[in-house]
Amino acid sequence: MPAVQETVDRVRAIDVDQYRWGFSTSIESEKAPKGLSEEVIGFISGKKGEPQWLLDWRLEALRRWRTLEEPNWARVHHPKIEYDELYYYAAPKKGGGPASLDEVDPELLKTFEKLGIPLKEQAVLAGVEGARVAVDAVFDSVSVATTYKEELAKAGVIFCSISEAVREHPELVRKYLGSVVPVTDNFFATLNSAVFTDGSFVYLPKGVRCPMELSTYFRINEQNTGQFERTLIIADEGSYVSYLEGCTAPKRDENQLHAAVVELIALDNAEIKYSTVQNWFPGDKEGKGGIYNFVTKRGDCRGKNSKISWTQVETGSAITWKYPSCILRGDNSQGEFYSIAVSNGHQQVDSGTKMLHLGKNTVSRIISKGIAAGHSDNTYRGLVSAHRKASGARNFTNCDSLLIGQDCGAHTVPYIESKNASAVFEHEATTSKIAEDQLFYCTQRGLNEEEAVALIVNGFVKDVLQQLPMEFAVEAQKLIAVSLEGSVG
Amino acid sequence: MLEIRNLHAEIDGKPILKGVTLAVKPGEVAAIMGPNGSGKSTLSYVIAGKDEYEVTKGEVLLDGENILGIDPDQRAAKGLFLAFQYPLEIPGVATMTFLKAALNAQRKKRGEEEIAPADFIRSVNRVADKLGISREMLRRALNVGFSGGEKKRMEILQMALFEPRMCVLDETDSGLDIDALRIVAEGVNALRAKDRAFLVITHYQRLLSHIVPDTVHVMADGRIVKSGGPELASELEAKGYADFAAQTAA
Ligand SMILES: Nc1ncnc2c1ncn2[C@@H]1O[C@H](COP(=O)(O)OP(=O)(O)OP(=O)(O)O)[C@@H](O)[C@H]1O
Ligand SMILES: [Mg+2]
Repeated sequence: MPAVQETVDRVRAIDVDQYRWGFSTSIESEKAPKGLSEEVIGFISGKKGEPQWLLDWRLEALRRWRTLEEPNWARVHHPKIEYDELYYYAAPKKGGGPASLDEVDPELLKTFEKLGIPLKEQAVLAGVEGARVAVDAVFDSVSVATTYKEELAKAGVIFCSISEAVREHPELVRKYLGSVVPVTDNFFATLNSAVFTDGSFVYLPKGVRCPMELSTYFRINEQNTGQFERTLIIADEGSYVSYLEGCTAPKRDENQLHAAVVELIALDNAEIKYSTVQNWFPGDKEGKGGIYNFVTKRGDCRGKNSKISWTQVETGSAITWKYPSCILRGDNSQGEFYSIAVSNGHQQVDSGTKMLHLGKNTVSRIISKGIAAGHSDNTYRGLVSAHRKASGARNFTNCDSLLIGQDCGAHTVPYIESKNASAVFEHEATTSKIAEDQLFYCTQRGLNEEEAVALIVNGFVKDVLQQLPMEFAVEAQKLIAVSLEGSVG
Repeated sequence: MLEIRNLHAEIDGKPILKGVTLAVKPGEVAAIMGPNGSGKSTLSYVIAGKDEYEVTKGEVLLDGENILGIDPDQRAAKGLFLAFQYPLEIPGVATMTFLKAALNAQRKKRGEEEIAPADFIRSVNRVADKLGISREMLRRALNVGFSGGEKKRMEILQMALFEPRMCVLDETDSGLDIDALRIVAEGVNALRAKDRAFLVITHYQRLLSHIVPDTVHVMADGRIVKSGGPELASELEAKGYADFAAQTAA
């Protein structure tokens, strides 16, 4: 397969221990004072020129957060996080928000270029024939550029940074913000509610099929900075959108915190497809550094016949704690979760989903592929529940784990709760190893060990890769190969 | 073409090959027969470079070059092919995808261009048709859910596609029905050439009546204990291995 070949070429071209996205950009930045306080939140809110209601909302979240304990049920271990040692806001300096790409700091554009982000429209067109992608790029705490804005506006689609949405579309933000992930939902979501800095906002009006893929790239650049973005997507009746987020961070010795919240709302007959390619810095070979990725993602199938589908390719981060979920509230609504979680080195992944069946004849489908190599730990944790009223609810779950080597672990923790006798939940799980014999067979046919692992892994994750938009599937395939580098031999 | 000199190999400290010496010339078809557990598959694995086996003594030369120190994929690129006694399954990887990845990996290691997609498809289809392998099967994951006979045929398909110069076949005939045996044998015969050699491991004269060998070697307890012409195979079929077992015990 040429993609594999190409992957391997690329891998060869880079130094084995080198995280490809590990450069940092020297841009003067403007930071809030260190630590978490009413003042810092006032500073962030003021920077963004927020209305009083939002400031109050944040302050309330801060008060709640101070009463909460960090959760400890996930199968992950890390030293205590000193929340007062972090910076909660960092913006690249240079005036206010840029009005167009021309005003964006060229250094920043160079960074995005290095990341391979099709920020410039030409690049987008050149990279993805026929298809176009509108991009919102978030650098540390602020959104720096949104392409294709006008064309989207013509279709009635709103795609902008959340800060801008607060200014331009306060009624929508106020109505939906926190309506899926309430302020008090969990420790990290509450923290995010207090300090969230930027993120994307999408609104699709009734009956609109978004004319292109929407996409956001997140990057943490500043040292000791947490990233707390907040994404809110609302698909009004009968609309459709496919949205992709990609994430990278430079190599740093310290751990960095990323606690995002994503809320999706699908009204009657609407569909949202949300894909993530997460490639935050995973830490070095010894497990030093890396991102703590504690993310709350939830979609609300609020309307009847609505559909939300999560697809994630998780290869980065030192620790991943994330459970993109669906609340299947509307009758006949559908939720999907397709996941590939790769862990290598000393990475720890505890990820999965929750499918909460509330409406009648709701359907959910979970396909999870965990790949553990090196000294990593990879846990699938999933909940499927049916409410008393959810007659005819159906779920199919398939979780497969693949182990590479002797020192890694894979775990499957499914929870099933059904309060309705007519609900049908099916669960399948397998754990397999890449056998020495399989590798030898492939090498006898001319593939080297790395190529062989890449090929076998591609076969293992195929069902999920097929869910991604084409161009991202190729990118994801490469990422997976890079992440598993050095896992054999 | 292939020269094995006083080869000793062990697994987990247990000696299995105890001084194998054998030469196969270009154009030659050599057969190895021998009782179960005598070390035939082990020999084929050591030739191909499976790393669980530790070579404690001896050499394996391919075209005069000792290949024991090089990786299996490099040996494959040099034209060595092993048809496995038990071919492995690769779930989720379409047979076509696997074939193309393997072929291009070999070509690249030899400094050749990748094969053009159209040429690739044409070549695969040509050999598949000869071996009675359907297009549908080529789209399925490699060897997954294939019958025993189909797996063996797929090995021959790969051999025909890669055009190796030194082919080792480990019991490719076992598990084949009569028609499949004929098809496989025709596949091998079609590849016989002046500059290509075969080492065919089998238990049955049956195969050797289709693929007539130039030489027959008998392996027992990790050594070649007798060599001869095709008549040796018929002799074995009639008498069994008892004599040779006695020889090695003595
Ligand atoms: N991984 C292993 N661990 C221990 N012993 C092994 C291992 N592999 C092979 N052997 C032993 O080595 C000996 C030779 O095995 P091998 O498979 O080479 O025999 P063979 O001649 O191919 O037999 P058959 O005709 O049954 O295929 C046997 O006694 C076998 O049990
Ligand atoms: Mg054998």
